[in-house]
Amino acid sequence: MLKIENLHARVEGKEILKGLDLTVNAGEVHAIMGPNGAGKSTLGNVLSGRDGYEVTAGSVTYDGIDLLALAPEARAAAGVFLAFQYPVEIPGVNNTYFLRAALNAQRKARGEKELDSMQFLKLVREKLKVMQISDELLHRAVNEGFSGGEKKRNEIFQMALLEPKLAILDETDSGLDIDALKHVADGVNALRSPDRAFLMITHYQRLLDYVVPDVVHVLADGRIVETGDKSLALKLEAQGYAGLTGQQAARASA
Amino acid sequence: MNQPAPLVAALADAPLPASGIAWLDAMRRENRELFAQTGLPGARVEAWKYTALRALSQRGFADGDAAAPAHALDAAALALPGVEGATLVFVNGVFRADLSTRDALPAGLTLQPLSQALHDDAEPLRFVLSRRHAGADEAFTQVNAAQARDGVVLRVAAGARIDAPVRMVFVGAPADGDRAWHLRNVIELGEGAELTLVEQHLATGEQRHLATVVGDIELRDGARLHHTVLQHAAEGASLIRRTALRLHARAHATLHLAELGGALVRHDLRAELVGDGAQLDTRGVFMPHGRQHIDTQLAIRHQALNTTSSSIWRGVASDRARGVFRGAIVVAPGADGSDANLGNKNLLLSPGAEIDTKPELEIYADEVKAAHGATVGQLDERSLFYLRSRGIPLAEARALLTAAFCRAVLDELPNEALREHLSSLLIDQLPA
Repeated sequence: MLKIENLHARVEGKEILKGLDLTVNAGEVHAIMGPNGAGKSTLGNVLSGRDGYEVTAGSVTYDGIDLLALAPEARAAAGVFLAFQYPVEIPGVNNTYFLRAALNAQRKARGEKELDSMQFLKLVREKLKVMQISDELLHRAVNEGFSGGEKKRNEIFQMALLEPKLAILDETDSGLDIDALKHVADGVNALRSPDRAFLMITHYQRLLDYVVPDVVHVLADGRIVETGDKSLALKLEAQGYAGLTGQQAARASA
Repeated sequence: MNQPAPLVAALADAPLPASGIAWLDAMRRENRELFAQTGLPGARVEAWKYTALRALSQRGFADGDAAAPAHALDAAALALPGVEGATLVFVNGVFRADLSTRDALPAGLTLQPLSQALHDDAEPLRFVLSRRHAGADEAFTQVNAAQARDGVVLRVAAGARIDAPVRMVFVGAPADGDRAWHLRNVIELGEGAELTLVEQHLATGEQRHLATVVGDIELRDGARLHHTVLQHAAEGASLIRRTALRLHARAHATLHLAELGGALVRHDLRAELVGDGAQLDTRGVFMPHGRQHIDTQLAIRHQALNTTSSSIWRGVASDRARGVFRGAIVVAPGADGSDANLGNKNLLLSPGAEIDTKPELEIYADEVKAAHGATVGQLDERSLFYLRSRGIPLAEARALLTAAFCRAVLDELPNEALREHLSSLLIDQLPA
């Protein structure tokens, strides 16, 4: 589903990704772990098409198409979803209105029929039940005055509603207490399916106790330096990143 | 001696209307003389600093439009969602009875064109129309006082509550050449009277006319007015307006203004809170695009005890357009316990757009609460990306954020159909 080859990317003239390779198949959950500054969030932003991230080499193929050639909205319509590390507050834009505009824009771009407000509300109610989210959040402005946990749950709720094929979760666990973390994890688990792939970017192993990944990658200094199964995350938790970056440095100089 | 600019010559040479009413003709002559002496304000006149009249002053305009009574007009073009009531329509400055609706006026409502009111009984208008407008920044008021042949006279009797909105519609229609006309409105709400008023400035086609509109609105003790102004003049038109409000004790006026059209637009909105406990709320949005220039000069004077004013204004400029906003609040000596609040936030959607905003606050009384602030910024890139990352195309994302930015202005407009209509007009105004 997603194939990243030799990806190099710069932010403000500084090279952050330095030849990243990654392949994710449908139905798989991949975790990307790594120390601060390794390029984890840059990867999420490059994949979703944020301005200011310049790809200098390499390719990203998604479902056989060149993902990097698409505008952010076209990537979304093609099924790519980024759950933000810091969801943006948008005063004056009602959450329900926003969600319907987003869903219908995607449907329109895919040549599907747009949902009227009755159909949309029916869908929202179904998804709310699965996500265990209070419908009170729907009546407020997008993320405005939401607690950290509410913002992250709203991201997962959006994901449930938009039903992406590739979901990228950027540090969705950061800033959550254990109860909120469990809620978010339950939401993600409910959305796992053979047609859907997840890329979970995280600093800590904690989330992976609740959303068990198929593959774990370690990202350090702009590259994947190690790939394994879920036991790799436990090893990292025990040894820290210092050992790994040391290995990588040794490999680079060899 | 320097030759007067073509516009000054055209305005000063236009024949004065002859009413046969001695005091009115004398007033017209006096204001004409004042204009002939002062001419147009230059950039050194503070109130006109950001609105240059150089280009306008080089143009000539024929006085009035003799064909105005005959311009064919589609009644559907005049319709406004959510507003169906008594309506006075003027086309190129001329009252059009055929397009107006005045049958079965509710009890307590008087609604007439000024020309007819002067003809029937001019005396009640004598006081309000007998002013000399001295001052370098009053050039267009002088011209209007000298030249205005018509306008709206609206009175609501004490205690009368008029449910259906009353509408005044000022239409600019394409004509043979560039035309100038002048309208004078006099509106008065008696004690405890209530009225919803809608004022529209619109166009039926491209034209480059010049219009001045001067209005006095007086609210007696305890009167309540909801006034919505939709300015959607032709993109080539010059429109210069001055509205003066006087609020007596416990009177409450709520104004919503949308300034969308016109090439050169200027509105002086002056309010005096002269009675204890008077309250004024203004909510305005100006949205110049292309090469439009839209200038609003809001001046509020608190002159009595415990008066309240709240002003929320938003400006959105795109392309090479320019917006100007001055919000001046004076709390006069003795207006103790007054509460004044003014906020103006502005959005620049293009690098070539410009907005000049100038809040001013002068306080000479005690125990006053006053706050004012102004900002100029751009659409938040993070918000734009967030919306796009969810599939909303760039143009739609910009429209959504701009509408959200203007929301505070329309939020309290009670007429939902009108609110929706204004909201969609704002979005239509955005660059594609």
